[in-house]
Amino acid sequence: MDLTPFILSFKLAALTTLILFVIALPFAWWLSQTKAKSKPIFEALTALPIVLPPSVLGFYLLVVLSPNSALGSFFEELFGVKLVFSFVGLVVASCFYSLPFMVQPLQSGFESLNNHMIEASYLAGKSKLQTVLNVALPNIKPSLITALIITFAHTVGEFGVVLMVGGSIPDETKVASVAIYEMVEIMDYTQAHIYSAIMVAMSFFVLVAVYVFNHKQKTKIGLL
Amino acid sequence: MIHIDITKNLHGSEGNMQLFVNTVVKQEAFIVLMGESGSGKTTFLRVLAGLEEAKGSIKVGGVIWLSNDKMLSPQLREIGFVFQDYALFDNMTVEENLLFVNEDKTLAKELLAMTELTALAKRNVQALSGGQKQRVSLCRAMMKKPKLLLMDEPLSALDSAMRSKLQREIKQLHERFGTTTIMVSHDIREAYTLADRVWKMEQGKIVLDGTIDEVLSSYNSGHKVEVLKLQNQKATVCVAGEFLEVEVSESVKVGEYIEVVLNLQTCH
Repeated sequence: MDLTPFILSFKLAALTTLILFVIALPFAWWLSQTKAKSKPIFEALTALPIVLPPSVLGFYLLVVLSPNSALGSFFEELFGVKLVFSFVGLVVASCFYSLPFMVQPLQSGFESLNNHMIEASYLAGKSKLQTVLNVALPNIKPSLITALIITFAHTVGEFGVVLMVGGSIPDETKVASVAIYEMVEIMDYTQAHIYSAIMVAMSFFVLVAVYVFNHKQKTKIGLL
Repeated sequence: MIHIDITKNLHGSEGNMQLFVNTVVKQEAFIVLMGESGSGKTTFLRVLAGLEEAKGSIKVGGVIWLSNDKMLSPQLREIGFVFQDYALFDNMTVEENLLFVNEDKTLAKELLAMTELTALAKRNVQALSGGQKQRVSLCRAMMKKPKLLLMDEPLSALDSAMRSKLQREIKQLHERFGTTTIMVSHDIREAYTLADRVWKMEQGKIVLDGTIDEVLSSYNSGHKVEVLKLQNQKATVCVAGEFLEVEVSESVKVGEYIEVVLNLQTCH
């Protein structure tokens, strides 16, 4: 059995999760703290990938990232990197697609914090960054774990956007979900079963792990 | 000396009002700030701490905390703040809560010893009782050796025995560190025990400023209060939001209005 599609899927998910964590952390913090009137607009933009058909998101990403676009040509000329039908392009597309799965749990975790705790940290002389890292994040562990794991799992399970932006280039953009689609197309149901069973088992165990962890955390702080 | 001259528009439960405080506080003073809920007490403390904006000026020992063109951030103000809900860092132990403010382990040990928390130093704060949590909160506030200690009803959620114990500890810490302290309280007995100056706030303004006896004498100027309960010639009345039990003559009945003279004895 060729494991390359799985390795690609995990590599893509790991990179997306890491990049999104760095980007989404300050953004989620800002959303949780701001009283700006524009907040609902940013929240709606963040949530768009949840409601949009992947083909719509994939289409626009294809338009924006293609070598004919300003962004695509900028990356190609400056760094020699193609943003469509390449692994880098997949990472960029996945970051858009999985953005709400990282931002929303973090934002709701930050919003559930006792604001006096945050103010106590400021009064202790700590900066916003020190407060987020030392006080806010450790006190929203269930939300943090949910954000990281769901983002990872969701990226592994991504299909529509990946197919449109990355195509199916072996060892480059042919991730597990795309490989299964191709196997079904050529009626190789045995391989499709094996690949699909691995995906189902993996997704199930990831979700069980998240729920067990969150249940333990709630028990620990006396909510259950 | 602390010079305070601030104004801020507030949108309270009883409509709009203006917080207006213009006063001078002596170094090492212990002020108890009293007043009805919604009179602006908490907002006043938050403005002093830099947690809320206001117009005007605050000058503490020659350092400008607030002026028309400058607002010193809470991080840079030498403030200790004790919240009513403790606001401890739940992910840390008692000791870590203190050392997060200042890494001075000797000071942390001294404070924990003064408040009888030494044995709990390594315990997570979530495992503590309300009284213990408020003592940790008090110690944490003192770790900065603040010029100004602000306390927003720190004892209101505790039982009376714990209140008395913590009142002693607050007084002890105030004297040990020579801090200027402003504490919000509804409890006249607390003011008697702790304050050398009492402010009464109404609609965002300090309407009474003096010693506890001076402030209480203002309540005694012919105001009558209703007798709520009678038992063994002792009447329960409500004065300034505080239920008090006072001795009365036999002829007094429930529902009747009587004049109560507040002094150290009636408040205890």
